[in-house]
Amino acid sequence: MIPLLGITTQALFAQLLLGLINGAFYALLSLGLAVIFGMLNIVNFAHGALYMMGAFFAWFLLHYFEIGYWPALVLAPLGVGLLGMVIERTMLHRLAGLDPIYGLLLTFGIALIVQGLFQNAYGASGMPYPMPDLLKGGQNLGFMYLPNYRAWVVVFSIAVCLATWFAIEKTRLGATLRAATENPELTRAFGVNVPRLITLTYGFGVALAALAGVLAAPIYQVRPLMGADFIIVVFAVVVIGGMGSIMGSILTGFLLGLVEGLTKVFYPQAANVVVFVIMVLVLLVKPAGLFGKQA
Amino acid sequence: MRDAAAPAILRTKRPPDEILAIAALAALLVAAPLAIYPFLLAQALCMALFACAFNLLVGYGGLLSFGHALFFGWASYFAAHMAKGFGWPPELAIAAATLCAGALGLVAGALSIRRQGIYFSMITLALAQLGYFVALQVPFTHGEDGIQGVPRGKLFGLINLGDDFTLYYVVLAIFLFGLFGVYRIVHSPFGAVLKAIRENEPRAISLGYRTERYKLAAFVLSATLAGLAGATKAIVAQSATLTDAHWTMSGEVILMTLVGGMGTITGPVLGAFVIVAMQTYFSAMGQWVTVIQGAIFVLCVLAFRRGVVGEIAARFKISL
Repeated sequence: MIPLLGITTQALFAQLLLGLINGAFYALLSLGLAVIFGMLNIVNFAHGALYMMGAFFAWFLLHYFEIGYWPALVLAPLGVGLLGMVIERTMLHRLAGLDPIYGLLLTFGIALIVQGLFQNAYGASGMPYPMPDLLKGGQNLGFMYLPNYRAWVVVFSIAVCLATWFAIEKTRLGATLRAATENPELTRAFGVNVPRLITLTYGFGVALAALAGVLAAPIYQVRPLMGADFIIVVFAVVVIGGMGSIMGSILTGFLLGLVEGLTKVFYPQAANVVVFVIMVLVLLVKPAGLFGKQA
Repeated sequence: MRDAAAPAILRTKRPPDEILAIAALAALLVAAPLAIYPFLLAQALCMALFACAFNLLVGYGGLLSFGHALFFGWASYFAAHMAKGFGWPPELAIAAATLCAGALGLVAGALSIRRQGIYFSMITLALAQLGYFVALQVPFTHGEDGIQGVPRGKLFGLINLGDDFTLYYVVLAIFLFGLFGVYRIVHSPFGAVLKAIRENEPRAISLGYRTERYKLAAFVLSATLAGLAGATKAIVAQSATLTDAHWTMSGEVILMTLVGGMGTITGPVLGAFVIVAMQTYFSAMGQWVTVIQGAIFVLCVLAFRRGVVGEIAARFKISL
């Protein structure tokens, strides 16, 4: 162990890893927000509540059906994604063409309903979710101890983010999606079912949030309000990065997670607020955001 | 809205409907303590003033702030600390805290109007969360406990605010001052430009208005009035707590304004009374109140975006 400014490398790397994990969640959530915003032109305030539902979905599967982590990693995003599509079809869909603030208000209402219902059923305290057997234990890297599960979360999140980026920027489906974002009427004229594409996009963005929820379940406790404060930080991340670029959302998410981890080491009192302070600085220096295209 | 017709703004003879509505409301509120506990009414009036302040920004400027609890909560802390810690009389504590909220509004507004639309909402929310964490950590707010046992004192050294009836009428006077202030702002030339920005900002810019200045001024005025509401609330409830600075408070004030009617003078007052009554009488239901609030949000956005007063006004083609 080499002490650095009075902090052991062990502690430093442990916090950096935790920061990277939080960054992975920021990236997955802000990526979903960006995808949804691109297509539906709304900011999904229910994103935090749906992230929480992803974690609860995994917990339900384990407790009532004895279905473990690995199937949950697929089933929870599917289930929550389907719920998202129902929300889009029945409610959000009616707001097309209105001022985007109504989308924000509607999804805020949905978040209150979901969080209130879960609090009624499960109280405010957290419930533990066991780590999958395959990923228990860890590796001693010499300069730090690396828990297997945490390494998995980081690697898997990066893979999902990159796959999403590839799907949107490099495939034919992604090209259609971008075309529909750019000009829905013209895309419809080419025979693309744009309303269905919008529903699927919302479902996909929400599924990313639920996936983050499942990944978070074994690290943090499964709590009804686990997404409530988290989403506000994600909003700040989105302001910093700008929602115009997919890769920008991913990079900003990971970067801010790391900065937050570093703050926890060197100045723990500020760890809660560092993302907001960075947001203020970015607004002063580059109001459009790091990857933003317009003011 | 009648004012939407361009020449109506320039007309010197003002439509008296709104004044009549304010007068009716005032008469109702003067008589209200005969039927309802005045302490509860005074608290509701603080929320109503908060909603009016918020409405000035969203209803007339089209700027949806998701962080107005920052001004309400911090003004509440300032007033409580000035009255208790410094031993200042209530009028001075309220006035100073209101000015502090205005200064806070200047900083927060200057930052958040740098981006538009939904980004504006997200920035205000994040700034308010920043303010919340600061309130949690600085010593004078006493963290989770908040500032308790704030003395109400004597207004101008004469009027004892310890009596709930006296207190109510003082709060009513502050509230009517705020409400009439909003009315005057909305119907001033400044208010007309603000509405033009709400309807079409690029066009307002092309007409030569420096819209960011108008938006900042509206933000500061709204924050100041929200501060007046928060400071008064600290004296009424004799406490300032984290609840007042939390994002749920920012959400509640949006709900009140939405229910009553964004962009109507009296709507937010009605909305505030509806929501406060719901919270008071359903308080035994715990988290179901949150669920009901969420359901009202969804219902309002999907079915009646104009709110109760807005729907009535639209039906009878008047402004209220």
